Amino acid sequence: MDSIYKSLAEIVGEGYVSNQPEELFIYSYDLGTTEPHRPDYAVAPRTTEEVQEIVKLANKEKIPIAPLGGGLSLAGLAVPLRGGIALDLKRMDSIIEVNERARYVVVECGVSQGQLSSYLEKHHPNLRHSEPGAPPQATIAGNIAIHGQGDLAQPYGFNSDMVNGLEVVLPTGEVCKFGSCSISPNWFTLHPLPDLGLFLGWSGTTGIITKLSLKLYPSKKIKGVEQFVVEDEELVPEIVYKITHTEMADDIVAFSQAIPPMTSGLHHINILMTADSEKELEFKTGLFWDDILREYIRNGDGGFLNLSSAMKAGLTRRPQVSKASDWKKGGGFEYVGAIMPVETYPECYRRGVEISLRHDIPYTVLGRIIGRSHAMMFSWTYAFNRADPESIRQAREALHESDDLALELGGTIWKPGIYGQKLVMERMDPNTLKLMKKVKELLDPNGIMNPGNWEVS
Amino acid sequence: MVLADYKYKDIIHRCFRCGYCKFPTDWMDVNNCPAYARFRMESYSCGGRLWLIRAWLDGKIDWTDHLAQIVFSCVACKNCAEKCPLNFSDNIVDMITAAKSEMVERGSIPSAVKNFLENIQRQGNPYGDARIKRGEWVEGTGIKQYEGQEFLYYVGCVGSYDTRAKETAKTLGEVLLKAGVSFGVLGNEENCDGNEVNKLGEESLFQMLAEENIQKFKDLGVRKIVTLSPHSYNAIKNDYPKFDGSFEVFHYTQLFQDLIKGGRLNVSGGLNARVTYHDPCFLGRWNKEYDAPREVLNAIPGIELAEMERNREATLCCGGGGGNFYTDFLGGSETNPARIRIREAYATGASAVAVACPNCMTMLEDAVKAEGLEEKLKIRDISEIVGEACLVKRD
Amino acid sequence: MFELGFDERKCSACQTGDCLTRCQYMDIDKDTAKAEMRKIINGEDSFVLHDCVTCYACEEYCKMGNHPFYLIVERQEELNIPPLPKPLIKRGVQMGIPFRGEPTIEEVKEPTLSLGVFPQLGYLTQGKLFEDVSFISTDPRKMFHFFCQLMYLHYARTSVIKERLPGIIETIAKHNAKEVIFLHDECYGTFASYAPAVGIEVPFKPVHLFEYLYNRLKELKDDIKPLNLKVAYQRPCSSRLSSDKYHFVDDIFNLIGVDSEREYVGENALCCAGTIVGQRKEGRRQLAADVQRRNIEDMINAGAEVCVFNCPACFDTLAELVAQRGMRPIYMSDLCRLAIGEKPAGWR
Repeated sequence: MDSIYKSLAEIVGEGYVSNQPEELFIYSYDLGTTEPHRPDYAVAPRTTEEVQEIVKLANKEKIPIAPLGGGLSLAGLAVPLRGGIALDLKRMDSIIEVNERARYVVVECGVSQGQLSSYLEKHHPNLRHSEPGAPPQATIAGNIAIHGQGDLAQPYGFNSDMVNGLEVVLPTGEVCKFGSCSISPNWFTLHPLPDLGLFLGWSGTTGIITKLSLKLYPSKKIKGVEQFVVEDEELVPEIVYKITHTEMADDIVAFSQAIPPMTSGLHHINILMTADSEKELEFKTGLFWDDILREYIRNGDGGFLNLSSAMKAGLTRRPQVSKASDWKKGGGFEYVGAIMPVETYPECYRRGVEISLRHDIPYTVLGRIIGRSHAMMFSWTYAFNRADPESIRQAREALHESDDLALELGGTIWKPGIYGQKLVMERMDPNTLKLMKKVKELLDPNGIMNPGNWEVS
Repeated sequence: MVLADYKYKDIIHRCFRCGYCKFPTDWMDVNNCPAYARFRMESYSCGGRLWLIRAWLDGKIDWTDHLAQIVFSCVACKNCAEKCPLNFSDNIVDMITAAKSEMVERGSIPSAVKNFLENIQRQGNPYGDARIKRGEWVEGTGIKQYEGQEFLYYVGCVGSYDTRAKETAKTLGEVLLKAGVSFGVLGNEENCDGNEVNKLGEESLFQMLAEENIQKFKDLGVRKIVTLSPHSYNAIKNDYPKFDGSFEVFHYTQLFQDLIKGGRLNVSGGLNARVTYHDPCFLGRWNKEYDAPREVLNAIPGIELAEMERNREATLCCGGGGGNFYTDFLGGSETNPARIRIREAYATGASAVAVACPNCMTMLEDAVKAEGLEEKLKIRDISEIVGEACLVKRD
Repeated sequence: MFELGFDERKCSACQTGDCLTRCQYMDIDKDTAKAEMRKIINGEDSFVLHDCVTCYACEEYCKMGNHPFYLIVERQEELNIPPLPKPLIKRGVQMGIPFRGEPTIEEVKEPTLSLGVFPQLGYLTQGKLFEDVSFISTDPRKMFHFFCQLMYLHYARTSVIKERLPGIIETIAKHNAKEVIFLHDECYGTFASYAPAVGIEVPFKPVHLFEYLYNRLKELKDDIKPLNLKVAYQRPCSSRLSSDKYHFVDDIFNLIGVDSEREYVGENALCCAGTIVGQRKEGRRQLAADVQRRNIEDMINAGAEVCVFNCPACFDTLAELVAQRGMRPIYMSDLCRLAIGEKPAGWR
């Protein structure tokens, strides 16, 4: 038996390491259009100590490691580009602590979005976290590691802005803690201690997050939603600006898609609100209907839908279920998410429609507002049929064009895959690039952490 | 074999591997697929299994023992079909069963599955015990052979042969006698209902069993059937009609529900216990019957019903389906779903887990011992709980 | 193109101007009514075109059968005075476009019932009341092939109705039924009132659901046990197009032993206000809330334990509000099922 396999089995137990073709096949794939790359081992550790031992072994033997949470980046960020170890972190799924008064939760890296949402609903119904639009299998750690955004993005920013502390296993095997947890048992604040700009947005190339503390926010009893519809995309940025000025919305998402026909050529703006009483909800609703957006309604340029309770429940449900992967009856979709200025929405939309048409894919675009219109996450989604190589090729081309477009319009690509990373690095300030290289070499001298990603030449 | 011959060739690629299939209804735990709970490797999740099946059929990976193990570790609990948000989801379990069929046809199956099927073929039960012993459990009960009574009481293999499950078979019969129900059993004439054979993909054996059973029932003039096991209930109710066998079939908890409501079963016997109920998959998710067993338990004064966090359509399967009560692919670890379930049951503060299925009984009995909780948590079939409440005593 | 069969001489001869003087949403006296109707007939702007909430009631109030509401909607479209914002109209129009393939058409055995765009309400057609009924439009993916289009009266888009309706009729007619029962009251109104009014031929006889239910209940008379419930009936806007069938509401109620005594009943009924909420005119959201409040207060004052619905749009708009005030919402067909001892899903 292969000695590395034996060593891994000694660390995690025979049942949680595999070099069988079946596991290697599954762990070689991202769910999007990224080409598969086969690992040599699939390993599922349970503790930080096991992760440390694995990393030390990998360093010694110069084996690459690709850390994996939910595997839902849809950008190939957990595909083992140079083989090695696919490190499935989902067994590390304990919710360690919820501090109600300081409103934070400490979780292991494998805790899923669904698990945390459900746990808080049951045991701490006054608290919620910012849940991203991903399926519930997505992990909290994976999401903050890629600077994800959730349904509290508009008041509170990126999910990575909500981190109070991290425990990280460095590529050389040491464990580090960042934030107040490094000096006390409390995980309540990141600042003013030396920050952890070294581990978020680096696609796992600088270390493995094993624990984190996440800010929680008030969860109110009533979930409300209104959907405002306009036809003219040029109106969207100003409407969003006005809505954000009220500081009353929790989540603002503008979307347009070819399927079903009723959404085609129109822009639905979802405004999610929460309230502890009908009075509070009516106050907020009235603000949007009767004050802020009244003029559009009067002029006939925009209108609120009369949503039934069932429709409202569907729009406020957590998690949100996307059927995008089935639009080509093909089990696949991938999207370019870009962080863009909100004012670029009209152009992003128009160009997105055009790219989709050229690639014979029903267009699907969406903008989620981050902060008070400080930015938006704009996504161009391309469905493909897994059984049709041509449809995969078309989707991949459309994705690359969208990557180009995001940068052309002055934005940046969120969680870019290899193609997008190259584009970003080409434009990056050369000194910044040099520093990135230095940081990576310092932390990961043997280049074992998710190699192939953010490789500065 | 190639993808082109596979029954679900047009839809097998539609799985996105989003992972919803791993969760229960309220998302609280990513472990609601029994095989994924046990192994925690993506290959064992439903989505992983579907991708592997497609890769095998498409020639991207070869058949191996390990692949067969992965495919046959699906216990057909239907959690995946319940949770999948995409439109092809009604077919998910069938897609895995069809892949099992392909393997069965080539003889490329795990040896435990081979034994299971051969035993049924030869002796009409998976244990390989002699046919002539099937009806032995009846001794001393006063239960009669079926000769045209209102109900055929169909026991099934586990209830006929498994030591512990035989107790429940007897108790159920005695409760029915006490309630004055007109019924009879087939005894040694009873043959396997074929539900597990069907879920293991052995289509021709299942057809043979179904057709033989249907003919036997018709010859005897059977119109109504009450089953001990939800597995039998599922096969006779949902699959036998395809072979021209339509009968009015009840799971015994449904009959109990009617008998209690109609005053024919008096369950006022003093019982005081905090009990939790484990939904069997073939009664719950497969047949949407969540209420009858609960109503029966709630009808017994002194029984306090405490629900586990995962209940009804969110239930974590004990892992006893797909023949796994025999093949035991999910055993050997504290992550065995049956053991996880016992820990959940224990956390409710109940002193007993009420079950309505002999397969669940078997799995949970083993699990409670593995957890070292056999003194603190009893596994009781609902028939036994009702039996006590209506004073049918068993020594 | 199809022309509305409107006869201006009938308006000239009308002594009452009931269509506008009886409007529940505009305060119009007889002289104003005559003057504004004259403007509308002439294709001129009138405040009526701006203020109309599209409740359909004037179709019923006009004793001349002269289709005042259909005329109002045509003028709203011609003069570009839509009640709703344009994006909502575009959305509504696009919603009716089928996009998931062609329906499977098979000859049906009568009696047959079309579910229209509500195949998901198929559960309302279970049990003895419907045991011999075959169904048209059971596949949600194809339902827009059976969409009656009349919803666009709320959108000032009679052009869309006229364009699409002949195709819809043809699709239904392909099932070769002589008579078709319609689950949705508005479908019935389309084929019994609107199509004839604009000269679109309907080769089958539309049957009102309540007429079917009443006759079927009479067949099952021995199974009926009086429910002894106090109910309130929520009359949908489309019911104004079939006032000759309205009596079946009371006929059924009498047969199954339920009582209904409310102020907003019959010609005075209040619509659910579901479509008023998003209208352009100032204050419409509050108006809708007020109408709903008065409607529900009236139900409570009548001592209703149950609110009986005819229309899914009314149900979606009001069921939860009704339930919050302690009344149980139920569709008419489910109420009838209760009366013959059946238990509809979800009924407690």
